[in-house]
Amino acid sequence: MSYYPGCTLKTKALNFEASAIAAMAALGVNLVELPRWNCCGTVYSMAEDDLAHHIAPVRNLVRVSEQGSGKVVTLCSFCYNTLKRADLLMRNSPEKRDAINAFMDEEIDYQGDVEVVHLLEVLRDDLGWEEIAREVKVPLEGLKVVPYYGCTLTRPQEAAIDSVENPTVLQELLRVLGVTVLDFPLATECCGSFEIVSRPDSVTERAYAILGMALRKGAEAIVVSCPLCAHNLGQQQPKIAEKYGNFPGIPIIYFTQLLALAVGISPELCRFDLNFGEVEALLEKKGLLPQCERSGVGE
Amino acid sequence: MSVPEENKDSSTVEAPVAKKKGVPEGVGKLIPVYVMGKRYEVPETLTIMKAMEYAGFKFIRGCGCRGGICGACATVYRRAGDYRLRVGLACQTVVEPNMYLTQIPFYPANRASCDFSQLTSSPEEIFKLYPELFRCIACNLCTKACPMDVEVMDYIAALKQGNIARAATLSFNCIQCGLCASRCMGELPQYHIAQLARRIYGSKIAPQAEHLVEVAAAGSSGKYDAYLEALMKMSEEELRRLYQEREMEPEIAPEDWVPNNKEYL
Ligand code: SF4
Ligand code: SF4
Ligand code: FES
Repeated sequence: MSYYPGCTLKTKALNFEASAIAAMAALGVNLVELPRWNCCGTVYSMAEDDLAHHIAPVRNLVRVSEQGSGKVVTLCSFCYNTLKRADLLMRNSPEKRDAINAFMDEEIDYQGDVEVVHLLEVLRDDLGWEEIAREVKVPLEGLKVVPYYGCTLTRPQEAAIDSVENPTVLQELLRVLGVTVLDFPLATECCGSFEIVSRPDSVTERAYAILGMALRKGAEAIVVSCPLCAHNLGQQQPKIAEKYGNFPGIPIIYFTQLLALAVGISPELCRFDLNFGEVEALLEKKGLLPQCERSGVGE
Repeated sequence: MSVPEENKDSSTVEAPVAKKKGVPEGVGKLIPVYVMGKRYEVPETLTIMKAMEYAGFKFIRGCGCRGGICGACATVYRRAGDYRLRVGLACQTVVEPNMYLTQIPFYPANRASCDFSQLTSSPEEIFKLYPELFRCIACNLCTKACPMDVEVMDYIAALKQGNIARAATLSFNCIQCGLCASRCMGELPQYHIAQLARRIYGSKIAPQAEHLVEVAAAGSSGKYDAYLEALMKMSEEELRRLYQEREMEPEIAPEDWVPNNKEYL
């Protein structure tokens, strides 16, 4: 299956990619990275007349077409959103499609014939929960988490992988893995997103609201599918502790890391060392790390 | 910019020819080219550089090696009636009839300064020195502008992905002409960024060549000092003789070829 990683998975979120590739291989799905790709464009441009910022995502869709593949899967929710909406633009706005194709005169024309999907959709729709359940080797029992979708998986409606208001795909997956999923009213609240660049204080406040609610619900970790959410919810915690005091902190985990662990991938491959928070300590406390495989500890 | 009346249509307007002289023997047909908007008739077999010199230009910039490797003679041109901007090295590109051209010997592009010895091999170093890297929108104008056919957009993409090795490999043929930067929608100094990537790759990522380390150590320990001193004292004739008598590896030589004099191997 054609796989588009996105820049962040190659730099800041190596744990997201490594765990996903290993877990999917265990489930019999080979994620084949596109041999050539560029930045997704980061944010889908909403300005009516700004076609230049659609070039990057469309060029990636051209790369998928070149592979003779009708479908591309992403892990990063942000990449998913940008690629998906660029594809919709190319399908639904013939004038803009022609203008963009004409500008990219060195590429084959893109006709809107690639299906952009997020890995959660592959798990739910292509594999199905029952099949995944059969592959679970280490049920993650006793681990209490809240699912966090952020914005880009379910907004806007036309790009949503699930219900906009009340998505359930992440909960469904986590339950299959044996995780205890707590009700979380702020699951689709915005983390502040790229405001982290221009208004970091507003992100601190948003993160505080989201993390505080998770802690009050009794969560031991927050499960995410977006490196930017992971960054904002993780890196703001020291600031929150400094500002409000008495903030115990909570680890941030990618859903693929729990999937990998559950299907029997070794914890080293999941790269929990790159997560925010003491994920390994938490998993160890829950008895979810295979005994012999403590990373970095040898005779 | 408006095109001067005289340059609008070369086929119907009989424009003044700047350099009137008899066609020298053996240069072939004369064809019209437009240098900075002015029409000249030049022999069709010449490179842009030779053609400009034929037309009377004298290069004090915009010319270096004349061999396609120094990057000094970057030239942009268009063919009459074609929207595409074309590029070439003036010393390598043969003139075409009705080409409109100008040289861009230099294009301003900031080069970040750093203490190279303090850098690590982490891509973060490049991100910090060149944050404008992230302004790239993948328009690909840089690749289209590169006279060396370097995949400029792809090496920029590789760097955004933290892949210094790939960026170093993809940019290997770059001759620092600066045309990519002249076209960049994101205002990146691509070639400076790539040069830093290659330096980091060469000194901090690629495995060290052991023989090079040995030779360098032999040099610092004084192995060649006496030889070099002797050279410095030689007369011009002696140097000339030495040079002419030097032993060269034959064009076709076996893998294990070695010179007769192995004193400094
Ligand atoms: S990469 Fe840029 S500077 Fe290097 S040769 Fe190509 S156009 Fe010139
Ligand atoms: S010209 Fe600039 S913005 Fe366009 S692809 Fe090249 S580096 Fe990116
Ligand atoms: S003069 Fe050096 S590349 Fe043309």
